[in-house]
Amino acid sequence: MIVTRGLTKRYGRVLAVDHVDLDVREGDRYGFLGPNGSGKTTVVRMLLGLVYATSGDIEVMGKPVPSRVAEVLPQIGALVEGPSCYGHLSGRANLALIDASGQARGPLGRRTRRKRIAEALEQVGLAGVDSRPVKKYSLGMRQRLGLAAALMRAPRLLVLDEPTNGLDPQGIREIRDLLTELNRAGTTVFLSSHQLGEVELLCTRVGIVDRGRLVLQQDLDELRAPTGRVVVHTPDADRAAALLDGLVEQRDRDRLVVAEADPAAVNARLVTAGLRVSEIGPERRSLEDLMLSVTGSGSDRIDAAGRRPGPGRSGPGEVAERAGEPAANAAGQRADGEAADRASTAGEGADDTGEPGGDSQ
Amino acid sequence: MIAVELVKLARRPRSWVSIALLCGLPVLVAVFVAITHLAPPPGQGPVLLSAVLSNGSLYPAAALAIVLPIFLPVAVAVVAGDTIAGEAGSGMLRYLLARPVGRTRLLVAKLISVIVYTLTAVVAVAGTSYVTGRLLFGTQPVAVTSGGVAGPGLAGGAATSLSGTTLTPADILVRTAGAIAFIAVSMLGVAAIALFLSTITDSSLGAALGALAALVTSQVLVTLNAAGSVSPYLPTRYWLAWVDFFREPVLWRNIDRGFAVQGVYVVVLLGAAWANFATKDITS
Repeated sequence: MIVTRGLTKRYGRVLAVDHVDLDVREGDRYGFLGPNGSGKTTVVRMLLGLVYATSGDIEVMGKPVPSRVAEVLPQIGALVEGPSCYGHLSGRANLALIDASGQARGPLGRRTRRKRIAEALEQVGLAGVDSRPVKKYSLGMRQRLGLAAALMRAPRLLVLDEPTNGLDPQGIREIRDLLTELNRAGTTVFLSSHQLGEVELLCTRVGIVDRGRLVLQQDLDELRAPTGRVVVHTPDADRAAALLDGLVEQRDRDRLVVAEADPAAVNARLVTAGLRVSEIGPERRSLEDLMLSVTGSGSDRIDAAGRRPGPGRSGPGEVAERAGEPAANAAGQRADGEAADRASTAGEGADDTGEPGGDSQ
Repeated sequence: MIAVELVKLARRPRSWVSIALLCGLPVLVAVFVAITHLAPPPGQGPVLLSAVLSNGSLYPAAALAIVLPIFLPVAVAVVAGDTIAGEAGSGMLRYLLARPVGRTRLLVAKLISVIVYTLTAVVAVAGTSYVTGRLLFGTQPVAVTSGGVAGPGLAGGAATSLSGTTLTPADILVRTAGAIAFIAVSMLGVAAIALFLSTITDSSLGAALGALAALVTSQVLVTLNAAGSVSPYLPTRYWLAWVDFFREPVLWRNIDRGFAVQGVYVVVLLGAAWANFATKDITS
C-alpha cells in the first residue's frame, strides 16, 4: 500500500527524515509512532505529495509519488496536523466545498455529494449538526469534522495524523471503533501518533521513528510477545527470592522478575513451598517500554549545551538486537542514563550560580 | 475548481463589505459636492471632479479617480494577498492539494476569482456612481475644454487644442468603458504582485502589505525626478493615463504604454508565482 525506499528530506542543514523505508501492507492498521519533532508529519506530507523528498522513492498503491500522486489521492482520506475549516461556514458547507474542490465523476461526483456528506457526518457522530459556523465548534467537533472530510470519498487508504486529538475518552473510543470497522471492510489505516495507548489499542503493526530515522517496524503481536520471563507479586518476597535464587533478575519490594518462561511452573514452586502469590503472569513488553528503549526524547525538550538524553542514534541494523533486549533492562539503563544526565546538568547549574557570588566578594 | 473559488469569494462577507465601502466613498463625495456646489478648481483635487457639476454622466470616471489612488489597490491587494496565503494560514491548503486539486489549477482558479473581484469592484463603483451622478448632478452636454474635463493637470497643453468638442452620451459610455478596462488592468498588476507574494508567505496580511509597500515605493519614485530613468517601468507610472480617454481625440500614447507595462508585470509575476507555488513544500 505504502512503500518508501531511502526516503530523505533535508530542510537546509536539518535532516528531518533520514533514509526511511516504510512498508505498509494492504489491510494493515499501521501505527506510525515517534516523539514530537521526529519527522512523522514530514513523512505524512511527503506521502501526500505536499512536501517533495530530497531523495528516495515513494510508492502509494503501486504508483510513484509525487509524479503520479494525482491518481492515488482520490483514494486517500487524509487528516494532517489537525483539521482545518473555513470558520465562517457551517460544517456541511465546509464538506461540500472540499468535496467540490478537485474534480470527481461517477459515484464520487456532485450528485452523490449530499448523501456522502450525510453518511460521513453520521459515521463520525455529527449527524445532527446544525448550520452554525465552524468557528463556534469545540475542538472535538472540529476533529470529527476533519475525519468526516477524510471519509467522504470512502477511501481505500486513510492517512491520519493524531486523529483523536481533542476528543474525550468516549470520543476516542468511538473513533477507534469506527477505524476498526472501516479496516475490517478493507480500508488500510495509517495512523501517525505519539499517543502510545491509542496505537497499542488500535494498530496491528507499528513503525517507530526517532529523529528522522525509522528505528523499528514490526507487527505489534510479535513485539508484545512474552519476553520469556515471569513477573510475580508476593507478600513473601524475601523467602521467594531465596527459593528462586539465581533466577530472580530484578526485585522491587514484593515484585520479582524471574528468568523462567512458564508462570505455571513458577507458581507451583512457590505454592508448594508454602509462599503466598498475589499476582503472577508472563512478562510482556509494553509499547511504552519499547518506545522509550528505541527513541530519544522529542525535539521539544531542550537540554543544556546541546546534550540530548536517551540512547544515541541507532541505525536500522541495530534494531533487531535492540528489540531482543529485555525490556526492563533497556528501560532501566535509559532511566539511569537520563538521571545521570540531569544530575550533571544540575551540578553545572549550581557551579554557574556559585561563580558570580565568588567574584563579587 | 473555478466555480468553487467564486463561491468562496461570494460567501465571504469581506468581499461585499469592501465593495460596499468602495462604492460608498464616491457617493459621500458626490453628496458633499452636490450640496455645496464647491467642486475643486480644475487641475486640483480628484481628476474630473470639477466637470461633474455640469454633467453627472461623467461621475463614474470621477468616482474611479477617487478610489484609484488608495482604496481600490488596498482592496485588491487584500483579496489577492489572501488567495494562497489565506488558505495556507487557515490550514486548508494542504487539504485542497490532497483532494487532489492540481497546484496550477488552484493558482489559476484563485487568479480568476481575483480578476472577477477586481472587475466587480470597478464596475460596481462605476455603476453606483453613475446613478449617483445622474441623480445629484445635471445632465448638460459635456464640453471637452481645457477648463472643463481636462483637469488632471498632467499634459495640460494637449487638452487646450481640443477645446469645444462635445461628447455624446454614447461617447461617454465608450470612453468610460475604456477607462474601466484600463483601471481593471492596472489593478490586475497590483493583484499579480500580491498573488506572487501570497505564494511566498503563509501570512495573507504579509502578502497584502508587501504588495502595498511595492506600490507606495513605486508612487514615491514616480514623483522623484532623480528616478526618472526607471520611472517608465514602474507599475504605477501610467495609472492615471485612463484620463486620456476623455480627451478628444483620445491620447493613446500613455494608455498603450500603461497596458504594456501592466501586461509585463502580470506575465512575469504570475510566472514567478506559478514557478514558486508548483515546486514549493507545503508545510503550513
